[in-house]
Amino acid sequence: MATAVQTVERENYLNANYGIKSWLLTTDHKRIAMLYLISITAMFWIGGFFAMMIRLELLTPAGDLVSSDTYNKLFTMHGIVMVFFFLIPSVPAVLGNFLIPLMVGAKDLAFPRVNLLSWYLYMAGGITALTAMVTGGVDTGWTFYTPFSTTYSNTHVIGAAVGIFIAGFSSILTGLNFIITIHRMRAPGMTWRRLPLFCWSNYAAALIMVLGTPVIAITLLLVAFERAFHIGVFNPQLGGDPLLFQHLFWFYSHPAVYIMILPGMGVISEIVTCFSRKRVFGYEFVALASIAIAVLGFLVWAHHMFVAGISVYAALVFSLLSYLVAIPSAVKVFNWTATMYKGSIRYNTPMLYAFGFIGLFTVGGLTGVFLASLGIDVHVTDTYFVVAHFHYVMVGGMVMAYMAGLHFWWPKMTGRMYPEGWAKLSALLVFVGFNTTFFPQFILGYMGSPRRYHAYPPEFQVLNVLSTAGSSILAVGYVLPMIYFLWSLRYGEPAPPNPWNAVGLEWMTSSPPPTHNFDETPVVTWEAYDYENQPQEEVTIGH
Amino acid sequence: MENNQQHDESVVGHIAPASMYVSIWAVLMAFTAITVFAATIELHVFNIVVALLIATIKGTLVVLFFMHLRYSPKLTMVTVVASIFFLFILFGLTMTDYLSRGWLTSAGH
Amino acid sequence: MATSDIQVAEHALQHHFADMEQQRETSTFGMWMFLLTEIMFFGGLFCVYLVYRAAYYTAFVEGSQKMNIWLGATNTAVLICSSLTMALGVRAAQMAKPKLMIALLLITILFGLGFLGIKGIEYHEHWVNHEFPGPNFHFVTGDPEHPATDAQHTEIYFSLYWAMTGLHALHMIIGVGLVLWIVLAGMRGAFTPHYYNPVENVGLYWHFVDLVWIYLFPLLYLISKKHGG
Repeated sequence: MATAVQTVERENYLNANYGIKSWLLTTDHKRIAMLYLISITAMFWIGGFFAMMIRLELLTPAGDLVSSDTYNKLFTMHGIVMVFFFLIPSVPAVLGNFLIPLMVGAKDLAFPRVNLLSWYLYMAGGITALTAMVTGGVDTGWTFYTPFSTTYSNTHVIGAAVGIFIAGFSSILTGLNFIITIHRMRAPGMTWRRLPLFCWSNYAAALIMVLGTPVIAITLLLVAFERAFHIGVFNPQLGGDPLLFQHLFWFYSHPAVYIMILPGMGVISEIVTCFSRKRVFGYEFVALASIAIAVLGFLVWAHHMFVAGISVYAALVFSLLSYLVAIPSAVKVFNWTATMYKGSIRYNTPMLYAFGFIGLFTVGGLTGVFLASLGIDVHVTDTYFVVAHFHYVMVGGMVMAYMAGLHFWWPKMTGRMYPEGWAKLSALLVFVGFNTTFFPQFILGYMGSPRRYHAYPPEFQVLNVLSTAGSSILAVGYVLPMIYFLWSLRYGEPAPPNPWNAVGLEWMTSSPPPTHNFDETPVVTWEAYDYENQPQEEVTIGH
Repeated sequence: MENNQQHDESVVGHIAPASMYVSIWAVLMAFTAITVFAATIELHVFNIVVALLIATIKGTLVVLFFMHLRYSPKLTMVTVVASIFFLFILFGLTMTDYLSRGWLTSAGH
Repeated sequence: MATSDIQVAEHALQHHFADMEQQRETSTFGMWMFLLTEIMFFGGLFCVYLVYRAAYYTAFVEGSQKMNIWLGATNTAVLICSSLTMALGVRAAQMAKPKLMIALLLITILFGLGFLGIKGIEYHEHWVNHEFPGPNFHFVTGDPEHPATDAQHTEIYFSLYWAMTGLHALHMIIGVGLVLWIVLAGMRGAFTPHYYNPVENVGLYWHFVDLVWIYLFPLLYLISKKHGG
């Protein structure tokens, strides 16, 4: 350890101040990212616990582990925690917060105190929602469809809705900070065309955050009012239309899935280029594809409502638009593949996860195109086909991208390397476990097995058992990184500033960076992903 | 003292004359009176058109002059236009459902 | 005097900005971005309004007959006046006239409180007439020549009335608080021509709240020719 030039004992953002107050009152974007890392990891395990209960129940055809009411609560709470408290914040709040100022060459985000506020709002929202879950639960589904949620459910709908409302503000503030930082805080020479694609992706996701989240905020507020004060805008008995709730809900919640995936795609762009040692193929196309996904994503929401009772003509319009939104995603997959072609590939763990992402996201994305077709959707909607589709993009895609990013930037964030052997094993377990869990669900759904049911006909048992077995392998694949990441904080090899020999401003400062990021404001004179001209030795600025 | 501060626009920002604000105020008050008056006349479907037109004129004046959009960077205008655009997506695409629900006259829906 | 103005500004410069101009532009852009989210927030309610007005037009006409058009118009005028004093207050900050700024902002607060007072009177009126949705809701036109043709759906109109004006009133209250904060900071000499962005940004918020009311007034009060005043 003594031979390394950069050691973690040098002053950096982690050891600059000690004490709990210096963390809870910090405005340093890197420390806030670490705070988010801890809370988001906790939420992941809570959501995972609910998933485990679901899979245990589904081992047998009869509804024998829990009652149907309890089962309704389990899948509801799994969905709420995983969507609102894990997936939506994950890459932006942890990796985005940490990296965006570094990547643009700034000292911090545009509004550091707002950043801290966003973490407190996330905690407040999370605690509110979890309290609702622990004191009785919510059983409406994460989709809160009316009039069940407004009138007939006897569970803690208001508590959950308020928790999500508060967390929504956290998301809005994060998005606002990102947009303004990327517009106004770039270092000299960092033009839009030199920005890392991670910044473009997070920028696009931030656009969705600020435009869409307020709509679900007001919608959930209306649900809470209707429940509390009987202000009945969705109640059919008063002439209200339950479908109006669904329109407003999905106006946010569909773009929300792009909030979840775009930052992950940004991570993959960074990793594929670094571990192919090649410039990204078609940089402008990938950057613009991010913006296209953000904009087109707002035009397709009613594909969640094809059989709910909307007019067939509206359904036709939304079906056509849904096909269009697949195009920019496909552009990205093609460009990543073309980047790898004739590249010098290294198979480190981040790249393994990236491979997994590209394959599994493609499967998930293609099955999304099946669902956009009205004829197919009528048959497979509300079946396990849909469940498998979104888990392929969300878990096979997004969670893999999050793991990829955590591994890639772990040395930068903590100053330690993780153990590569264990990491590769975990990636393999995740890949095998994931496919074993979710591929059978495509078949189940195609054969007619409905979602959100705690009991099913006996002929579906084999596939369900296979799925549950897969989920146990997947769980091991997630537990191992928890252990070795924690281990690495103390026993991991100290990391140099640029362990991957990557191109990017974040790699030109120490690992971990000093509180002020760069000793001198960098001046950028090279193009993005300038791997042809990247010297073999590490380059360091400042620390 | 006032000279070197007031005219350093890059720091201080554009300063409009007080008379401009008062003129805009007067126009806004006038349009308020007009819109109330217009509501007393039976124009059938045009009542809402006139009301929204007047509201939009008033809103535009507030945004351009009171909120200084006229003197702001182009990016600010892009922000305003973007919000209106996405709002219209919400209204418009939602209404494609409601307006076309009655079209199918067969036993289908 | 010039030196101390710049000193005040330098003290207010946050460490991660290169200079005051960047800080000013960034913070104003931040406020506009926030207002964009507010447009979408209110926008959801306007969408609900749009759908139900299209579906239940007669109920909306009948419901809006119960609105007091003179109180609504007065409130509109009050808000426009408050926007004028707010804008002039920001201008006073730009012109290094702190006392004038404080006076104008105090008048703005008074206008804001006036708006809330008139709104309170209206709310009280609607409440005692059983025009609040829920188990006690009971709609009667009060005009024998025009009995209600769609009394049932007026509950939706009133739900929207209370939700939209209530959310707006909440934003007014927050606005009054923000202007008060600026007044107090101004009394401590926090603002100079080189550093007045908080005043400008609170002004933007205030004008936005005025803007929402400019749409709420015709949509809720002026739906159709009023019969019987």
